[in-house]
Amino acid sequence: MSSDQDHLRETDSEKRFEFKKEQNAAFAAEKGELDEETIRLISEDKDEPEWMLERRLRALRQFHAMPMPTDWPSQPDLSEVDVEEIVPYIRPDVDMRGSVDDWTELPEEIQDTFDKLGIPEAEKNALSGVGAQYESEVVYQNMQERWEEKGVIFCNMDKAVQDHPELVKEHFMTSCVPPSDNKFAALHGAIWSGGSFVYVPEGVTVEMPIQAYFRMNSEGMGQFEHTLIIAEEGSEVHYIEGCSAPQYSKFNLHSGGVEVFVGEDAHVQYSTVQNWSKNTYNLNTKRAICESEGTMEWISGSMGSKATMLYPSTILKGRGATDNHITIAFAGEGQDIDTGAKVYHNAPRTKSTIESKSISKDGGRTNYRGLIHISDGAENSSTSVECDALMFDNESTSDTMPYMEIEESKVDVAHEATVGKIGDEDVFYLQSRGLDDDDAKQMIVAGFIEPITEELPIEYAVELNRLIELEMEGSLG
Amino acid sequence: MARLELDDLHAEVAEGGEKILDGVDLEVRSGEIHALMGPNGSGKSTTAKVIAGHPAYEVTGGAVRIHLDEDEFDGIEIPDEMRTWDLLDLEPNERAALGVFLGFQYPAEIEGVTMVNFLRTALNAKLDEREELFEDDEGEAEEADDEDAGYETSPMEGDIDEGEVGVAEFQEIMSEKMEQLDMDAEFAQRYLNAGFSGGEKKQNEVLQAAILEPSIAVLDEIDSGLDIDRLQDVSTGINALRDEQGAGILQITHYQRILDYVEPDHVHIMLDGQIAKSGDADLARKLEDEGYDWVREETYETA
Repeated sequence: MSSDQDHLRETDSEKRFEFKKEQNAAFAAEKGELDEETIRLISEDKDEPEWMLERRLRALRQFHAMPMPTDWPSQPDLSEVDVEEIVPYIRPDVDMRGSVDDWTELPEEIQDTFDKLGIPEAEKNALSGVGAQYESEVVYQNMQERWEEKGVIFCNMDKAVQDHPELVKEHFMTSCVPPSDNKFAALHGAIWSGGSFVYVPEGVTVEMPIQAYFRMNSEGMGQFEHTLIIAEEGSEVHYIEGCSAPQYSKFNLHSGGVEVFVGEDAHVQYSTVQNWSKNTYNLNTKRAICESEGTMEWISGSMGSKATMLYPSTILKGRGATDNHITIAFAGEGQDIDTGAKVYHNAPRTKSTIESKSISKDGGRTNYRGLIHISDGAENSSTSVECDALMFDNESTSDTMPYMEIEESKVDVAHEATVGKIGDEDVFYLQSRGLDDDDAKQMIVAGFIEPITEELPIEYAVELNRLIELEMEGSLG
Repeated sequence: MARLELDDLHAEVAEGGEKILDGVDLEVRSGEIHALMGPNGSGKSTTAKVIAGHPAYEVTGGAVRIHLDEDEFDGIEIPDEMRTWDLLDLEPNERAALGVFLGFQYPAEIEGVTMVNFLRTALNAKLDEREELFEDDEGEAEEADDEDAGYETSPMEGDIDEGEVGVAEFQEIMSEKMEQLDMDAEFAQRYLNAGFSGGEKKQNEVLQAAILEPSIAVLDEIDSGLDIDRLQDVSTGINALRDEQGAGILQITHYQRILDYVEPDHVHIMLDGQIAKSGDADLARKLEDEGYDWVREETYETA
């Protein structure tokens, strides 16, 4: 055990990489690894204050006390996710570096994808650990200075713990996503690392989207990154997360946490396009609490992974609060993308709209799993849910599970779901105009997801389209 | 220009095997207007779909050929041995690249795809495919490097290659054609056929033909569901296809009405999967007055 810990402290990247390679199997054989000692080590490594360590330890106890979620109807198969084997995977992550040290160590299919995507050189280099992302870093720095003048904080989550303890202490996994929420939230609370912290003071509008794009790799937003966004009264911010490029890692579990606090009259948009490597179990908890007249918008594209369970949720706490969800899921061969949205209407005149699109192909499965809860007393609230599924073939499946818990009678509830196969007539029509079979299907899919792409900044929209295009070519393997 | 030739064409429904075409012979040249008439179920629409390569039909005999008369196709030289193509060997998009256009009776509605993006993509795809079809085998090696254009390339805009019709250039072509057809400028930004009225869809089919400039356009009941004003617009468009672009038109219709505006050179009557009778414009007028019974009697008496 102690020699393992020495390895953990190893900072030389090459050695660390070797360490991962040779030790993975050995660790996997050991059981019951995720113990207090490990957590203390993580916390010590990050030089964290005592209160954060305490939170981690409490979350760890909750993690051990909670059963694996296995009782949801038609939920993705998580039997491969052995919690005892999670430990070896987190250890290298403690080091706060990118998950891949050497570009050439990436599997060929991923390298190929980067090339086809036209990922900028800078990003390739960042990924490869060369760290030649300075150009964008400069831009980022300039922008940061402008924000800082207005009192905006945007930094690494680990840094936030050090520099803004009061804000973090108050909001970090307390009222929004407590570790007791679910087993993976508890796991996240125990071993979280990296992520973003955003604070926007009262009345401030951050005009440009805040992007955690390059930071993803350089600052080691690992597999358990935490994002905390606090938007005070009357403020406005658009946060974009995610590398839309496939994130390769040797780990097989991603369990992120996102907490958003939308103040009165504030407006937060959280957009993400994520594409995980196909051995990843992507089990996240994302939630927003929205005060009166505030607006929360979730825009997300979920691709890749072996199984995803992700249901961004919003608690409409104050009168007149609004929530909008736009989600898209793509499942190819062997993939189970179980995603949707949850909205709790806990005040009068609250409003939510959910627009969910899914595409399945080559036997992939997509599922919309949603929950709308309208509390007694949330009168004059309204919700509208629209789910559209598009299937490529008869092997692929798509389900819709919209749960509605309505405790108030003076409300307006609408749900609409459509499931369709890519129509032969549609494909033929486009072919007769000169498009080949693949291009025709691609155009139909691009049109299908257009409501999402039009909400995203252009480079994300382009990449989302490109990713889907590549998935459809089957060139991602 | 070109000559489309149907030679003893037999076809059935791919699933179920119901026989529909029972030996169709027909020849349409660029610059000619042919009307194909006949009662419901006689095989008119099937003929159109088989020409374009619809997967729902299986060809069980005969041939569909296109002969290219000119030496060049958009600057691509046509080698002598590549003047005749057997369409049945080709994919629908390859047929389109060789100048065959099908105007649909019920065109598909594609959400999220704007008219302008779609048509520019289609035009460029056609030009690309055309080059590929006439390319010597030696040229094939060049293609491989073409793949990656990275951020320069948006799938929403289509690939940006040399020799492509660019956005600005295309918009000019499109608005000119739309004006000719008396279409609103806002059409360009609408989603392909989505929420279009019946008349707008038909106008759109003619617009697409005008932009893609086929050698042979097969128009399947382009006149159905049109009010008189729209019928005139559509007819103007069809006449322009022939007069300005020299296209050959195979016009499938039930009614004389459109033939008042689009005067056919030849009229064919289809019965039970065959061309039962051919004639000039007078034949269509006779049908209008007397129906199909006399054709049926004549056909089966002589048979």
